[in-house]
Amino acid sequence: MSTTTEALDTINSGYKWGFETDIEMDLAPKGLNEDIIRLISARKEEPEWMLEGRLKAFSQWQKMAEPVWARVDHPPIDYQDLHYYAAPKKKPGPKSLDEVDPELLKMYEKLGIPLKERAILAGVEADPDERPQIAVDAVFDSVSVATTFRESLAKVGVIFCPISEAVRDHPDLVRQYLGTVVPVADNYFSALNAAVFTDGSFCYIPKGVRCPMELSTYFRINARNTGQFERTLIIAEAGAHVSYLEGCTAPQRDENQLHAAVVELIAMDDATIKYSTVQNWYPGDENGRGGIYNFVTKRGACRGARSKISWTQVETGSAITWKYPSCVLIGEDSVGEFYSVAVTTHHQQADTGTKMIHIGKGSRSTIVSKGISAGKSNNTYRGLVRMLPSATGARNHTQCDSLLIGDQCGAHTVPYIESRNPSAKVEHEATTSKIDEEKLFYCRQRGLSEEDAVNLIVNGFCKEVLKELPMEFAVEAQKLLAVSLEGSVG
Amino acid sequence: MLEIRGLAASIGDKLILRGIDLNVPDGEVHAIMGPNGSGKSTLGYVLSGRDDFTVTGGSVLYNGLDLLDMAPEARAAAGVFLAFQAPIELPGVNNANFLRTALNAIRRAHGESELDAVQFLKLARAETKRLAMPDDMLKRNVNVGFSGGEKKRNEVLQMALLRPSLAILDETDSGLDIDALKIVADGVNALRSPTFSALVITHHQRLLDHLVPNRVHVLAGGRIIRSGGPELARELEKSGYAGVLAEAA
Amino acid sequence: MSIVQQTGAAGFLACFETLKDALPGDPVVREKAAAAFRLLGLPGGTSARRSEAWKYTSLRPVAETAFMTPVVSGFDVDLSASTASFSRFAENPVFGPLPRPDRDPMVALNTMLAEDGAILRVPAGVDAGIVRIDSHGNGSHALHPRHAVHLGPGATLVLLEIATGTGGYLHNAVTEIAIGAGAHLTHIRLQDESRDAFHFATIYADVAEGGTYDGFSLVLGGRIARTEIHVGLTGKNAVAHMNGAQLLTGTQHADFSSIVRHAAPNCTSRQTVKNVLNGRSRGVFQGRIEVARDAQKTDGYQMNQALLLSPDAEIDSKPELEIFADDVKCSHGATVGELDAEQLFYLRSRGVPENEARAMLVRAFLTEALDLVTNDAIRSMLGEKIDLWWERQAA
Repeated sequence: MSTTTEALDTINSGYKWGFETDIEMDLAPKGLNEDIIRLISARKEEPEWMLEGRLKAFSQWQKMAEPVWARVDHPPIDYQDLHYYAAPKKKPGPKSLDEVDPELLKMYEKLGIPLKERAILAGVEADPDERPQIAVDAVFDSVSVATTFRESLAKVGVIFCPISEAVRDHPDLVRQYLGTVVPVADNYFSALNAAVFTDGSFCYIPKGVRCPMELSTYFRINARNTGQFERTLIIAEAGAHVSYLEGCTAPQRDENQLHAAVVELIAMDDATIKYSTVQNWYPGDENGRGGIYNFVTKRGACRGARSKISWTQVETGSAITWKYPSCVLIGEDSVGEFYSVAVTTHHQQADTGTKMIHIGKGSRSTIVSKGISAGKSNNTYRGLVRMLPSATGARNHTQCDSLLIGDQCGAHTVPYIESRNPSAKVEHEATTSKIDEEKLFYCRQRGLSEEDAVNLIVNGFCKEVLKELPMEFAVEAQKLLAVSLEGSVG
Repeated sequence: MLEIRGLAASIGDKLILRGIDLNVPDGEVHAIMGPNGSGKSTLGYVLSGRDDFTVTGGSVLYNGLDLLDMAPEARAAAGVFLAFQAPIELPGVNNANFLRTALNAIRRAHGESELDAVQFLKLARAETKRLAMPDDMLKRNVNVGFSGGEKKRNEVLQMALLRPSLAILDETDSGLDIDALKIVADGVNALRSPTFSALVITHHQRLLDHLVPNRVHVLAGGRIIRSGGPELARELEKSGYAGVLAEAA
Repeated sequence: MSIVQQTGAAGFLACFETLKDALPGDPVVREKAAAAFRLLGLPGGTSARRSEAWKYTSLRPVAETAFMTPVVSGFDVDLSASTASFSRFAENPVFGPLPRPDRDPMVALNTMLAEDGAILRVPAGVDAGIVRIDSHGNGSHALHPRHAVHLGPGATLVLLEIATGTGGYLHNAVTEIAIGAGAHLTHIRLQDESRDAFHFATIYADVAEGGTYDGFSLVLGGRIARTEIHVGLTGKNAVAHMNGAQLLTGTQHADFSSIVRHAAPNCTSRQTVKNVLNGRSRGVFQGRIEVARDAQKTDGYQMNQALLLSPDAEIDSKPELEIFADDVKCSHGATVGELDAEQLFYLRSRGVPENEARAMLVRAFLTEALDLVTNDAIRSMLGEKIDLWWERQAA
């Protein structure tokens, strides 16, 4: 009998279902009920208040309905047909990179994780003298498997650890902030996440500290029929600065897998949080079979004066993306930014954008969204800019551009602009067009293949967003765009 | 005409004018020169009543009136004219309609009868002709799609029509070719009389060749650090502001 | 004869039950519309969630009002400057194919209860001049006129609609427009209803190859108002302009919603909608450009701008692009703000008094939308209405 089964038995002896346990994974049985939630909580060795919160969220979720307003289309999701807990079993670490699953390494490489980091992530024992620049947390299915550089971060007071650990080691911080930006009942998926989230990253940057290195989390859904529900919480105290990167991948599977994450950011006076995502979940095959349903709630609260939260995302993966990284601009002169590239091909569906809620005087926001549709895909920008009566002198500028490659895809732009303050100024521009034939011809006349020419033009189209990414990520993101669009031309 | 005493003004928390003293007697043309950021444009805005600037001290008497107490349109009606360094574009506002509205508002303030469209066009066409401007300038929207030179000429046209008694020219000469420069200078010279004065903000001697000033003032750091006759402008043109600034420091 | 209704959707349905045997036209269409209305209800009339199309406009006050359904037509048609042929819906009750009572609640309501309307026809190749339709609302009357306009190939018509009235009435019109190949309809609407009235106008226009729909609506009146325009560009090289200006004050709520559907290649759509909002008023703009798979070489442009003149006014704007063809040029822009301080100062520095300067800038702001109105007499009539509105604000 596996340890997981034993754990469940201790909670509820009446629980009869067996376990799928293979050599690498511990899986909770399929289905969602209070027992599973108790199991997750027990496996995480959580305090009682955390379990109570989960159960409350679960009962809330049961009363809610899946949102239908997004331009996405999928068969009904059977929430009882998923595993809500899956953890790789602890094994002795590989001695060198040669022993690591090569596909895994390829994925790391695509994400732009430096070689040394790849080794550490894969569990290869690192040479302590070599000091890479990025601290990485890696989340496989339901658990965090490795977090690097915690000691050097701890020296400056930065806490960077799996959130399950933070619940145990920093309960006061977690209780103070968790669920304050994205309340449990915010939406269907946030409620689900609050009930069943298994892991994710926790970052705390104390007052006045500029985080000495980039923080990064690498997410991977590995097991079949598994939902991933990670939860990330980043707090930047007054004057703190942090740059956080996340990358996501999943292996090819014929069935659809659910990913419903919640990310909360909190920036106090003069704090800056830069959050970059390269999302490359498995998008399904060219016939639209398989792929991840990526239903994510990301929101940042600029609570302090002059605080700044900047979201940058490059979305190339997932069968369906439903994601609106947002900023609630409460502090005076606070700043929100959203830079996005979303690429859809084959049968992918993306409905993504942002919300900028202006509450504070003089708050400013910038939205730059670049959508590229190819194949039979649908790509929608959906965004809200809201100026509340208190947002005197606030400013927003939005630029949304869509590019169509081929005549079987769709590109859609749905901005909502709501203003209740005359001194607030909102400007929105959107364009949709296909790749300029003249530009294509010009490149090809100079000797580029059609595919290279398209890549060049697409990269130019996305430049404004890509330049917001940290250097290593930007290069990889460019390559990822090219890979994603492979075969879309002609 | 104009008596400025200890004028101080700021924008936001930033103090820009730090106590300006300046007398411009009737009929005189005074040049204001000085490095960028010294407060020249601010002086023009404060004198014409732009409310982004807060006057924190001093006084301005204009023909015996307390200028600082007046709304921008009241100052215009009293004869103060600012030729903007970067004239504002007014999409949807026809230039002729704009000029007639302004002229009639000023005429009303003086108790004069308003001009109807025909009377106005006759007057305006005479001025555009004199300033060598194409007639269609009146039909176009105010400054919209105008070249830099056209915008400046449009300012001079407005000045010619509104006939101010105090003209403040904020770098009206910058970006102009020699012919346009002469038109601007002629426009000002045509107004010269014992009851007309001008403050000419400029970087260049060129305009002052055509528009010989009675006095030249150097504005730096929000104060007038030196004043002199026309020869001061020539000296600055030759050796720059460095010497004057060092002397004042 | 007139019927005093109970309130809410139920009131309209009961009224239909009483009147239905006397209503003209196909009873099956009426019954279907009633079934749809029963399902759709008045948006916001109950606590049920409003559909996306009615996101920003709640008809709760309509649902709370008891209307009276009189047997009067409520409009006059002036044909003195036109050769168009005119008949009445009451005598020729044809429900055309374009309106969608199954989707649009106010259209369902109209289809259920429409008694009369103006039907205008212009034969091929004829320039039929200007037709003017004046509607007059009264007291607590509920009117549901059903108008139709048919332009034969190459025909031309200017249709001027002016809606006025006194009291807290409901004016819920549906207009169906078919524009033949190469035909040109200029549709100018002045909505100057009583400030206590409810005004809904749903317009469906279909434009055939090379045809043009030029629409402009000036919205000044109504307590709650909605102008909803659906234009289908169904033939090659068809053109649509769907301009609007809404000037609101007090607690007025006006919604300007439009959908232009590019269903054929090489079509052009242009839209400029301006909101000027004073007092505690709320302006809504929703505009969607839809481009179908086959509608290659589509050229679509949309601009919506709002001026907030008061700290209590609100604008909600949702410009939308929905595009399924690749060889297209579509764009939209939106701006929200107050009068430009620099422009205002420039005008004042030239001697223009502040209020006059504001008026000039508001007029200038509206110019782009009004430029579609090329008939001098109509343009100056609208201009006077705008000036009058401004004078009332300043007073």
